[in-house]
Amino acid sequence: MGGPEIPFRTRVAMFVRLLAIQGAWNYETLLGNGIGFCVEPALRLLPGGQGGPAYRSALARQSQYFNAHPYMAAVAVGALARAELDGEAPAKIERFRTALCGPLGSVGDRLVWAGWLPACSVAALAAFGFGVGTGGVLLVFLGLYNAGHFALRAWGLSAGLDHGMKVASALGEPVLRKSPPHIAQAAALVGGVALPLALDQVIGPGRALFGIVLAAVALGGLVLAQLHGRVEGWKVAVGLLVLFVLYSVVR
Amino acid sequence: MTDLVQLLPLALLGAILGLDVVSFPQAMISRPLVAATAAATLLGEPGRGLLIGATLEMFALETLPFGASRYPEWGSAAVVGGALFAIHPDASPGALTVAVLAALIAAWVGGWSMVQLRKLNARLARARHESVASGSKRVVEGLQVFGLTADLVRGGALTAAFLAVAIPAHQYVLSRWATDPRVSRAVVVALAASVAAGAVWKVVHAAPGARWLLLGGIGVGLALLATR
Repeated sequence: MGGPEIPFRTRVAMFVRLLAIQGAWNYETLLGNGIGFCVEPALRLLPGGQGGPAYRSALARQSQYFNAHPYMAAVAVGALARAELDGEAPAKIERFRTALCGPLGSVGDRLVWAGWLPACSVAALAAFGFGVGTGGVLLVFLGLYNAGHFALRAWGLSAGLDHGMKVASALGEPVLRKSPPHIAQAAALVGGVALPLALDQVIGPGRALFGIVLAAVALGGLVLAQLHGRVEGWKVAVGLLVLFVLYSVVR
Repeated sequence: MTDLVQLLPLALLGAILGLDVVSFPQAMISRPLVAATAAATLLGEPGRGLLIGATLEMFALETLPFGASRYPEWGSAAVVGGALFAIHPDASPGALTVAVLAALIAAWVGGWSMVQLRKLNARLARARHESVASGSKRVVEGLQVFGLTADLVRGGALTAAFLAVAIPAHQYVLSRWATDPRVSRAVVVALAASVAAGAVWKVVHAAPGARWLLLGGIGVGLALLATR
């Protein structure tokens, strides 16, 4: 790494900006403007400083189209900042930038959206089902989720800044590669325990019909699982609830 | 309840939680479990907030915020649901059902409003393309600040508008509600849990052994219920 050291204040500024990386998300440049926004504090360290030719051309380059998972984009922000400060050739940086999109999207989606988030959600539902109080349930969900969330963003930024254009090795981390199936297994077990217990907490006066509700849930869940990808259950539920409310009001 | 003094804090909460969904900081304070509880807590009913929050969370398990996909906006929607359910602390038989329906519709409209905001962001980015391509710090930061502010306003306006319409509608529907409380609650809970069961299956089915873990977990859950 031949570029300047990045001061702690600049790292903090980049991290805080990462929390708003999707602020200008749109269907044309996707995360692009957000990447430029987050890299910008580091670009002030380029020769000529803020507003100099190197700064302006780097900021322009970094604000173009980009797509990635928002948390994993921290890796890109760190690596791209390091590449700019190391004085890598612009064409090389652009190729590297393009190559980062795919892996950072798929790793993040599998690890966070399809893994950590539903796992924390069912853990909180399990706590609710076990009768934990309001504060406890929120603590389980927000505490668990954000421990992973902030750690991932911080690790990503640090890995990117440390490895620069060699950041691909960091993406081979066993945690990133091997944890999604383990998280899914944990979510399956906890989710299985949570569903009947949470249902029991919510059902209130409907407890008299508990057996029928359980049978309906088993059937409904099975049908929705079979129709996976073709039907969105929550939209079907809206339709059925509208009919039920009309029936309850006009009969 | 419908006076401005009570509506304003809820609209502000809806704005902040609507912002969390995508723009800032995505800490999942916008998930229904948290958002509905926060809204009901503002009205002095945290327990009822948690109850409707858990119900909405079961629906939300199915809709995960993958990149450019279109998904419901749960932050401001759960504020609507939590507030509606907290307004009726008595045992109105259809209170949960109607509040959940209002929240689901608000989530649907909220998802649509996010798409419109993304289109607006795109139009603005296109109009400022030259400045961005010349490396203008002011424009890059300006686009980001505009998007964040617009999202905050979107969530607040959506919450206020929905509550202004839903509160009287909710009261009217509950005053004419004629279905047995047991059936009323059973229907909404069965729908929520069905969606959650399908969603958990969808998330875990590809992992080795997960289907047996899920079935085993359900068995443990039912056994625990039997011992209560």
